[in-house]
Amino acid sequence: MNNTSDTAHNEAREPAVLSRSAAETQALVERSLRRRYRAEQRFQAYGMAAVLSGVVFVIFLFGTILLQGISVFQQSYVKLEIFYDPEVIDPTGERDPDVLVTANYQPLVRDALRERFPEVSGRRATRELYRILSSAASLDLQQRVVANPLLIGQRETRWVLVDDNVDMLLKGKVDRDAPEDARRLSDEQVAWIDELEAAGVLKLRFNRSFFSNGDSRDPEQAGVRGALTGSLLTLLITLLLSFPIGVGAAVYLEEFAPRNRLTDIIEVNINNLAAVPSIVFGLLGLAVFIGFFGMPRSAPLVGGLVLTLLTLPTIIIASRAALKAVPPSIREAALGMGASRLQMVGHHVLPLALPGMLTGAIIGMARALGESAPLLMIGMVAFIVDVPQGVMDPSTALPVQVFLWSDLPERGFVERTSGAIIVLLLFLLVMNATAVVLRNKFEKRW
Amino acid sequence: MTPSVLLLAIVALSLIAFQVGRARALASVGGLRGVRNLHSLPGHYGLLTALWCGIPALLLALIWWSAQDQVLINLVAAELPADLRNLDPASFSLFLNDVRNVVAGNIPADQVSTETAGAASHYLRLRTISQWSIAVMALSAGVIALLIVRSRIRPEFRARNRVERLIEGLLFLCSTLAVLTTIGIVLSVVFESIRFFNIVPLTDFLFGTQWSPQMAIRADQVGSSGAFGAVPLFAGTLLISAIAMCVAVPIGLFSAIYLAEYAPYKLRGIVKPLLEVLAGVPTVVYGFFAVTTIGPLLRGWGVELGLDVSGESALAAGLVMGIMIIPFVSSLADDMITAVPQSLRDGAYALGATRSETIRQVVLRAALPGIVGGVLLAISRAIGETMIVVMAAGLAANLTANPLEAVTTVTVQIVTLLVGDQEFDSPKTLAAFALGLMLFLVTLLLNVIALYVVRKYREQYE
Amino acid sequence: MSSAALPVPQGIKTVGTVTVAEPVFSCRDVNVYYGDKHAIKGVNIDIARKQVLAMIGPSGCGKSTFLRCLNRMNDTILGARVEGQIALEGQDIHEKRQDVVQLRARVGMVFQKPNPFPKSIYENVAYGPRIHGLAADRGELDDIVNSSLRRAGLWEEVKDRLNQPGTSLSGGQQQRLCIARTIAVNPEVILMDEPCSALDPIATARIEDLIDELRESYAICIVTHSMQQAARVSQRTAYFHLGDLVEVGETDKIFTNPRAKLTEDYITGRFG
Repeated sequence: MNNTSDTAHNEAREPAVLSRSAAETQALVERSLRRRYRAEQRFQAYGMAAVLSGVVFVIFLFGTILLQGISVFQQSYVKLEIFYDPEVIDPTGERDPDVLVTANYQPLVRDALRERFPEVSGRRATRELYRILSSAASLDLQQRVVANPLLIGQRETRWVLVDDNVDMLLKGKVDRDAPEDARRLSDEQVAWIDELEAAGVLKLRFNRSFFSNGDSRDPEQAGVRGALTGSLLTLLITLLLSFPIGVGAAVYLEEFAPRNRLTDIIEVNINNLAAVPSIVFGLLGLAVFIGFFGMPRSAPLVGGLVLTLLTLPTIIIASRAALKAVPPSIREAALGMGASRLQMVGHHVLPLALPGMLTGAIIGMARALGESAPLLMIGMVAFIVDVPQGVMDPSTALPVQVFLWSDLPERGFVERTSGAIIVLLLFLLVMNATAVVLRNKFEKRW
Repeated sequence: MTPSVLLLAIVALSLIAFQVGRARALASVGGLRGVRNLHSLPGHYGLLTALWCGIPALLLALIWWSAQDQVLINLVAAELPADLRNLDPASFSLFLNDVRNVVAGNIPADQVSTETAGAASHYLRLRTISQWSIAVMALSAGVIALLIVRSRIRPEFRARNRVERLIEGLLFLCSTLAVLTTIGIVLSVVFESIRFFNIVPLTDFLFGTQWSPQMAIRADQVGSSGAFGAVPLFAGTLLISAIAMCVAVPIGLFSAIYLAEYAPYKLRGIVKPLLEVLAGVPTVVYGFFAVTTIGPLLRGWGVELGLDVSGESALAAGLVMGIMIIPFVSSLADDMITAVPQSLRDGAYALGATRSETIRQVVLRAALPGIVGGVLLAISRAIGETMIVVMAAGLAANLTANPLEAVTTVTVQIVTLLVGDQEFDSPKTLAAFALGLMLFLVTLLLNVIALYVVRKYREQYE
Repeated sequence: MSSAALPVPQGIKTVGTVTVAEPVFSCRDVNVYYGDKHAIKGVNIDIARKQVLAMIGPSGCGKSTFLRCLNRMNDTILGARVEGQIALEGQDIHEKRQDVVQLRARVGMVFQKPNPFPKSIYENVAYGPRIHGLAADRGELDDIVNSSLRRAGLWEEVKDRLNQPGTSLSGGQQQRLCIARTIAVNPEVILMDEPCSALDPIATARIEDLIDELRESYAICIVTHSMQQAARVSQRTAYFHLGDLVEVGETDKIFTNPRAKLTEDYITGRFG
């Protein structure tokens, strides 16, 4: 591409381009201006379009999730007068706790509903009527009776759960005008529901069970407590392991490591590990922790171990950055006073770097909280109703719960899934906000 | 003695050791007044004693526990009646699994066969013995170490140097954990993959175009052989990643340019964090978004245009994955663009270049290696992304380049093969590890190249 | 081409003659603010054709800021505000009609640190003519590159490696490359912002010789820290102090017989 005009040839003549006057040059520049400014505007428009579409994506994503999920904080209940019929729940009359626990409480709710609609008769019609109620409606009654057997034989007004289809109708998520066979509720049922609603005994109330229940096959009964507990237990293990180890590794690499091949290998390794797909860590957990060490599947302990390995590179990198930000003059001052290297690090460098390290750790934890693929590998993906009590109990995690629910066909679960996402995002928001506040508060400019 | 009690005991012993070491050091110089004659602070002597006492005991216990289950189950198995031991391997491992479940309390002992219950109680008896013996061993190791260190404490004993050497060693161990993790990953996928390639030849796996890992139960069923040709998986992964990059690279790059070079300071302050929010959203949320919103949306548009769009089209998964990767590309590109020194921009402006000319011909040109590195990292991310494709892409292994059809990916297959009940030795399970190996190798290669390019670029301007 | 010199506002503090017979630039009552900071305070000065004007003064006196006003490089700095009149050939460069791209094609600039683009030597020089459409074809472009490198005194050193990156040259060569890049656009004025401060004495001497040669074709305005350099290369010298233009006049006179007390203190080395 270069010197086509060699020296000799060039000296022979003085080309016109070289003897241009200022005015000629100016005219040439001016001629190109319009085209160049159009290109400029085009380029700027591309940039704006890109930013705009990014912002639109954010709004669209959060908008749909909020729209679908915000209603989860309310739940439909029907107010019924319950008669704790001893015939049904305690036929022997012995108040035996085992009997009270295993008794079938559903008839109590059904009878109470029947009382409101005395005109309904026939097997088919009554079955239709009962389907307004949640199959878990009586769970609350069972708990009350077991806690207080004196209720038996008494009457009491309770708000009991209704079926998720009714809930969806009340929340306006079902099209009333659709043909009957395209709906999950018959015209008859819709009429009953309207009657109950008009009477003020069927309405939306705050959904406590979403936060106090574990998983369930019934959308109206399913809650996030089990998944949330599983997530928190997992995160606890992750934090306890990855923070000290990560800080230790960062301190070694930044303050003690000699510059040699081994250190280079470790460094390159950490950087690469940070970009390994998370599912590969899941394979590692499955093969090593479960396959080799024989740890139990689905346990938060194993989840925590896997997530520790996953977040460790992030924490090490953040901690090293925090250590790097501490000016060398402080190290020299400490060494000059006769402190050993370890004392210098422990007394002076670490306290100054700690806020940065904590910020890194929180961000690492936030990443761990949102992670689900490796947890699928180690079996934290089962249908688990009970809330886990310890790190060895089978459990699931919040993002995995989202995954599980999103697979279910019921409309109610779409709402639950979005609700679980909102809870998950709230946690992430709090964690990231904490990290930002921490950083702004303690960030020092040296 | 349960593990947790033993842990507490070791900690307690270490605390005692600290006091013993400290007292001994003080005694050797005649109390607090003689502290000046000690080489190190009294606490250092205590710490050294405590570390020497606690660490060996702890290590011993950890090693014992990690091997305990395997040893005990073998012992239990050896004592079982002959008819049980002669079961075929699959039923035998099922039996042992039941035993483990009884031991863990997942199944009440009265709900299983007497053999299982017997074996479980045998296991429990052995475990008690095992736990007591490790407790005795670990604690006595601690005590012996304590006594040895104590006997060596003299005023001129360099306790501080030794403590620091020990702690440095511990810190070094922390930093090697990352290397151990990599080795662990490599070993776990390589071993299982070798077993897989013993059953299915490597060439069949790499070049076969049929993927149907479901092994039939009966030999005469259709597709009974199970086919493990991974080409459709690779193609599907590439297709979805390509769509994702088509979304993420232009939008990410142009937003980075706009925010870094054009946007007023205030706008940048608002929009940049807003875009970064996208990076903090868990991938499972994107998956859900793809399934419930983007998928149906595309399908609806397809119907209007007279196109047949699959409900789990590669397009939906790729689009959403692209959205996920936007902030990744844009923040990397932003770093690279802002790393270009202002003097270069000034040079171009001083020659009369317009902004876009400066950006396109000088800034981007200077930042190119860094941006290429960033894009490579983004590709590696797209390839390894799991949840979005598990939820939004299909399961059927179609070999197609049509983005409107459903395709499957490597990660989707790993998840489907490994979630749920599985036998450890079936080719189906092993195939997942072979896919994992491929995934690891490809992403590793991309990462190594990308990190190298990015590092070289950063060095250039530092 | 000749433009009448603008009238000088009354009440100025500057000592010496600010006007020249045939000014390229004519600056009147120029004020620059960085946010709240008043960086240039009511400066009046003319810049003559085919002459080197040196601007000297202690660090932070505003000489670089003033230089950057002349081709509106301050536009790129956030919060910078320029007031007053700066006329290039009688036309205010801050007027709406004045296009900044066009202005910079007429007023080139060489920076403190050599800043070649991450392109080949050839492309570095060809860049300006390319964007402004100054060469009709490849041959013309070659001619421009060739002659610019010659005039910058770099041709003999780089003629065999025009394809190598500009960053592969030594510091002094890079700075001459930047000068070649600037003159390739055929500007009327060249601004130089401490062009030798990052160079060794030998490279500095070469640049100074170059400046002296270029004076035959361009008006040159150079900011320098070194009084010796100002004395060697310039015909006129302006002394800035804390945003004020204290004294301006012929270089010989300023250095031998300064009229303002501040100038004298600076030149005799009381502060600097």
